[in-house]
Amino acid sequence: MSSHKSMPRPTDPLGEDWALVRPIVESNPRFWIVVAALAAGIGLGITAYTHQVREGLGVTGMNRPVYWGIYIINFVFFIGISHAGTLISAILRLAAAEWRRAITRSAEVITVMVIVFGVSNVIFDLGRPDRALFVVQHGRLQSPLLWDVCSISVYLTCSSIYLYLPLIPDIAILRDQTTKLHWFYRLLALGWQGRPEQYRLLERAIGVLMVVVIPIAVSVHTVVSFVFAMTVQPMWHAAIFGPYFVVGAIFSGIAALIIAMAIIRWVYHLEGYLKRIHFNYLGMLLLVMTLLWFYFTFAEYLTTWYGSEPIHMTVWWSKITGSYAPVFWTMFACCFVIPFSILCREKTRTVAGTVIASIAINIGMWLERFVIVIPTLSNPRLPLDRGVYYPTWVEWSMLTGCFCFFILLYVLFTRFFPIVSIWEIQEGRMNARKDTLERIESYMPEVVETGRRPLAPVPEGVAT
Amino acid sequence: MSRWGMVIDLNRCTACQACAAACHQENNVPPSNPKVAGGDRSIRWIDILPMREDEYPHASISLVPLLCQHCERPPCIKVCPVGATFYSESEGLVGQVYSRCIGCRYCTNACPFTVRQFNWSEPAVPDSYLEGTNPDVSRRYKGVVEKCSFCSHRLIRARDEAASERRKLLPGDYIPACVEACPTDAMTFGDLDEPEAEVSKLARSKRAFRLLEDLGTEPKVYYLREGGNSK
Repeated sequence: MSSHKSMPRPTDPLGEDWALVRPIVESNPRFWIVVAALAAGIGLGITAYTHQVREGLGVTGMNRPVYWGIYIINFVFFIGISHAGTLISAILRLAAAEWRRAITRSAEVITVMVIVFGVSNVIFDLGRPDRALFVVQHGRLQSPLLWDVCSISVYLTCSSIYLYLPLIPDIAILRDQTTKLHWFYRLLALGWQGRPEQYRLLERAIGVLMVVVIPIAVSVHTVVSFVFAMTVQPMWHAAIFGPYFVVGAIFSGIAALIIAMAIIRWVYHLEGYLKRIHFNYLGMLLLVMTLLWFYFTFAEYLTTWYGSEPIHMTVWWSKITGSYAPVFWTMFACCFVIPFSILCREKTRTVAGTVIASIAINIGMWLERFVIVIPTLSNPRLPLDRGVYYPTWVEWSMLTGCFCFFILLYVLFTRFFPIVSIWEIQEGRMNARKDTLERIESYMPEVVETGRRPLAPVPEGVAT
Repeated sequence: MSRWGMVIDLNRCTACQACAAACHQENNVPPSNPKVAGGDRSIRWIDILPMREDEYPHASISLVPLLCQHCERPPCIKVCPVGATFYSESEGLVGQVYSRCIGCRYCTNACPFTVRQFNWSEPAVPDSYLEGTNPDVSRRYKGVVEKCSFCSHRLIRARDEAASERRKLLPGDYIPACVEACPTDAMTFGDLDEPEAEVSKLARSKRAFRLLEDLGTEPKVYYLREGGNSK
C-alpha cells in the first residue's frame, strides 16, 4: 500500500476524534471509585497469598490425588483469554478487514495484560515459589512445562511489541496535542514525526509481526494443552487437546474482547466508534467458534464413550452423571446452548445480545478448564484415593484478586493511552474508501480479447 | 550395575501394615493426624491399596501394598521441569532431590500409580518423635514432593560397610525397612539382574505380575498371586 503519503500529520487537529483522547485528559470521579473497588479486590488476593506462602498450599482445597486446582485452571483460562488480542487483531489485519480499525487496540491490550496473570497463577501454584527461577537455571527441555515457559515468553515479548508499535503514532499525537505528562509521551514516542519513511517502516514492522505472531499464538495454547496431553492419565492423554485448546482459547478470547469493548463504549461514550456492526461481526465470529467448540467437545466425548475403556469411562461418567455433572452441564449450557441461541439470529446479535453470550462463554470456558483438570485427577487409575475438590476462600480470593488486578491495569491503560487507535481511524477515514474500491475493482471479471464472439444471449423462455 | 527390585507375595501378605509403620519410622515420614488425614493430605510412602475385583455376587478384594514402583521408564521424570527427580542408571532407583524441587506437582499428576506425595504444610512432627529421627534421611519441608526411595540411604551404608571390610556387597546387605519388618516374609528385595537371587527368581515365576503393566513404564515392584494377574 502506498497510503502513507497522505498520512495525517501530528499537527493536524484531531477534530471529531478528540473523543478518543478525552478519557486521557479529562478526570473522572467515577475512575477513583472503580480504582478503590479494584484495590480492595487486589488487597483480598494479596492477603490470601500471604497466608498461603506462610502456611503452605494446605490452605487451598487441593489434596491427594487432586494435586492441581484453581490456579492451574486460571492459568489455562487466562492464557486462553490472551488469544483475544494479538491473534484476532493479527488475523483481522492480515485479512485487511476494514472494520478492525476501532477494535484492534483494545484486543491487543487484553493479551499483554492477561498473560501476566496466566503466568503468575503458575507461580501461585508452586510449593516453593522462591525457587521459580530454577526453571531457567536448571530447566529441562523434556518437560512440557519448559515448552510453556519458552512459548509464553516469546508470546509475551511479541505481543508487547505488537501492542507498542501501532501505539507510537498515537503517543506522538498525545505528545503534541496535550500537555499531560509531556516527558513521558516524548520518551515513548521515540521521535515519531509522522514522516512517510517512518510510516513505511512502521507498516513493514507491523506487517512482519502480524504474520509471526499467529504461529506463536497457536503454539502457546497448544503447549498449554500438552501439559495435560503428554501424561498418560485418562482423558488427558488425547491428541485432540492441542487444537481443542486453541479453539477454546480463541472462543473465550473473542468473548472477552466483546465484553471489554462494550464496557469501553459505555464508559467513554464511544458508541460512534465501537458500533453495533462491530458487535454483529464479532458475534458472527463467535458463532463460528461456538460451533467449532461443540464439534471438538462432541468428538472428544464420543470417541471416549465409544472406545469404552473402563479407566477412561470412570472419568467420563464422573463428568456426565457423576459428582462433576452439575459443572459439566453448566459448562455445556454456557458454552453452547446460550451463545448459540443468541448468536444464530441477526435480531439478537446486538450489543446486549453478544455481551450476554460472551459472559456466558467466559463462565463456561472457565468451567471447561475445571472439567478438564479436576475429574481426571480425582479418579486416578489405582483407586487408592478418590479425591473431591472444593476450592477454599484462599483460592477464590486469589481469583478475585487476579480479575481486579487485570481490570485495574486495563483501566489504567485507557487513562494513559487511546484505547481506540486514532491514527488508524484517521487513516481509514482518508484512504479506506479508495483502497477498498481499488481492491473491489481488482476482483471484477475482465473482458479478455480472444477474438471469439461473445457468448450467445440466453434465448427467451429458457429457465435460468 | 544393579537393578534393585521388590517382590510382594499377596498370598502371604496379611495387610498388617507393619511395612508402613517401619517405613515411616525409618524415613522420618511425619505421622498423620485427624486434620491432615481429613484433608486427604497424609504422607504415605507405602500404603495398602484395596483393589476391588469383579462385581457382586463374585466380588472380592485384594489388599496390595503400594509404594513407588521405581519404573525403568518413569513418567514422573520426563515431566519434571527442573530435574528434581532422576533415574539412577547404575542402581535402577528413582530418586528425589528435595533441594531442587519447586513443588509444581507435575510428577505427582503424571505418575499413574499416584505414589508421589506432597508436603502441603510444614510437617507436624510431635516432640516425642524427634528423638527417633533417622539421621541418615533428610527431613522434608513444606512445598516439596517426596516418595519412597527404596531406602537408598541403606544402600549407601551397606556399601560403606562392605568397603570397610574389603568385600563385595552381599545379598541381604541392602534391605529396605519395609521388607525387614514384614512378619510373614511376604516381601523380597534384591538385584533383579542377579539370576540366582531369590527376588529375580520370584519375579520370573508364573505367579508374578506387575501393576498397570500395559502402560509400559516397566515397574520394578512385582506382585505374586495364585493365577497371576488373571485372578
